[in-house]
Amino acid sequence: MQSLHIVSAYDEELKYLSKRIAAMGGHAERMVEQAVAALVAADAELARKVVGDDAVLDEGQREIDDKAILLIAKRQPMAKDLREIVGVIRISADLERVGDLAKNVAKRVASVADGRQPTSLFRGIEALADLALTQLKEVLDVYASRSVDTISFVRDRDDQIDAMYTSLFRELLTYMMEDPRNITSCTHLLFCAKNIERIGDHATNIAETIYYIVTGEQMPAERPKGDKTDRIVIQAEALPK
Amino acid sequence: MLLGASALVQSEFGVPASLGARMSDVNGQRQNWGRLALARLRACRWLLAVAAIAVIAASAFADLSAFVAPLAIIALVAAAVVLPQPAERLAMDGAAFAEAGPLPQLSAENLAAAVTDPLIVFDRTATIIHANAAASSIFGNLAAGMSLPLKFRAPEMQVLIDEILAGSVWSRTIDHIDKLPVERVYRVSASAIGHGTGLYVLVFKDQSEARRIDRMRADFIANASHEMRTPLASIAGFIETLRGPARNDPAAREQFLQIMQNQTKRMARLIDDLLSLSRLEMKPFLRPGTRVDLREVVESVIDSLAPLAKDGALAVERDFAEGPLEAPGDRDELYQVFENLLENACKYGQAGGRVIVSIARSDKGPEPSIDVTMRDFGPGIAEEHIPRVTERFYRVEVETTRPQKGTGLGLSIVKHILTRHNARLSIESELGKGAAFTVHLPTN
Repeated sequence: MQSLHIVSAYDEELKYLSKRIAAMGGHAERMVEQAVAALVAADAELARKVVGDDAVLDEGQREIDDKAILLIAKRQPMAKDLREIVGVIRISADLERVGDLAKNVAKRVASVADGRQPTSLFRGIEALADLALTQLKEVLDVYASRSVDTISFVRDRDDQIDAMYTSLFRELLTYMMEDPRNITSCTHLLFCAKNIERIGDHATNIAETIYYIVTGEQMPAERPKGDKTDRIVIQAEALPK
Repeated sequence: MLLGASALVQSEFGVPASLGARMSDVNGQRQNWGRLALARLRACRWLLAVAAIAVIAASAFADLSAFVAPLAIIALVAAAVVLPQPAERLAMDGAAFAEAGPLPQLSAENLAAAVTDPLIVFDRTATIIHANAAASSIFGNLAAGMSLPLKFRAPEMQVLIDEILAGSVWSRTIDHIDKLPVERVYRVSASAIGHGTGLYVLVFKDQSEARRIDRMRADFIANASHEMRTPLASIAGFIETLRGPARNDPAAREQFLQIMQNQTKRMARLIDDLLSLSRLEMKPFLRPGTRVDLREVVESVIDSLAPLAKDGALAVERDFAEGPLEAPGDRDELYQVFENLLENACKYGQAGGRVIVSIARSDKGPEPSIDVTMRDFGPGIAEEHIPRVTERFYRVEVETTRPQKGTGLGLSIVKHILTRHNARLSIESELGKGAAFTVHLPTN
């Protein structure tokens, strides 16, 4: 944990910032959970709630930004404290984006609900969301425990998310080619999948920020990776008749 | 931390409402110590005053440098604080003697360890003071000094912690749902311990079972109705044929009855698998402390599946590491994991003629683990299906897998059990070269 400063109010202010990050994180996790639950259950009521909840995260980010900048001006932080404060600004921006993405999924619930798709598609989206949420949870847990030695595994999870997204992408394309009436809802689902995949990317960003806060070094360079949807082409002949 | 507990009051949800008057955390000890030091100073204040005057006078006459006198006075005061007086020492011994009943001797840490529900003690700043074994085994890293609201981020938990710390309520209970890694429903009680300790306690009561029964019914209907419809439709079709066109055709009748029997068997298996999945989801968290000898479990799985391997003309090869191969876990559940995986390897890898079962130690993952791999040399799984095969009822290709007596739930069960064990499943495969399913079980 942090070493103590002569001015204890300074410690209080730093603690308050990390507590606000945790609250934002919890809120973002809950929004993603509920957005996906609303999508799977075609629950328009829950979706509306998620869309409304996004304001809390926007407000949280503004407050953290203000407080953090005030803290830099007032206390002239050095070394770890400076990294902590800059890190808090970056993490809150990532969490705010996660909230936006969850809101985006929730907004599409009504459009998807019009043409119900096979349950297997929703299972795929659910599994993808589980992976992204696990990643977000693990990363925020590391923010609490500061044990960055396990953080590199966040990237392995990111690979899993990409593989899952690629597989879903292929499946959705197949459904669209089978029957043009599926195109509307499948396109919406495709955007939902993309949004969830992006949540995983933000979790990875947060992991990198935490690594930097704790160690003062950038996380070792990433190996090339990413989803393979850019190369997916499905020929009409390949479809089952 | 050696904490004395003098009373335990069980409230409605088994919350130890009081962990004892003499319970003291680091802050508390500091406070007590300060009080003791003040008392000692007061006791010898006249002596100190005289000594101080003597030092000042001596420094004036002996022409010592200016800072020697203050130094000497500080040393005197420090000595007075640190050295306990004989009478005081006697009194302290007496207090310890008077407290020697069985309950006060019980340390709060031992008491917390004996509570099977997760229990976390924290202070005014929401910093964790102590988390019992049940809490650490369920919520992972909960080291003393960690901030509680950073770990329990759900909005309702944040509100609960804030309210308790603000002192607006003395005790409060909420329902809290943890979605990951396995869905759990908790009734969480937060209470102030009081008695001047400045400590608070958080107790989690697992309510998953009650909630699950409701969910189970809905899930069962959703999953079962869809999956049962196909075999039922086929049985209904055959009954119609048997009563109509095939009424007097003994050969066709025999063939149709055989198909109907296969379909009913499939439905029975489906129900078994669905129930076993639901049962797993209902069971509370794993009991910590039990260890499983993986060599023995894998060996007995291979024995039990020997007939299946023989039918498929498969050779099962073993490649086990030397030395003890133990990991914490539930033997029956892990047995089911390896049984499902080896059964799959035998069913889908028949063309390969052999299956390799290996157990090895590994430290490549986030923590040291024992890796159990079932490798077959069958047709393999296409890349796009690998991330999805653990989903319920996911099938790679319906036409080729239907004759294999699967329900589409085997790998979901495997994944569920492994999540409960904090373990991972990794799948490697190349089309035409077979597949390898590896279970990574953490060893601690």
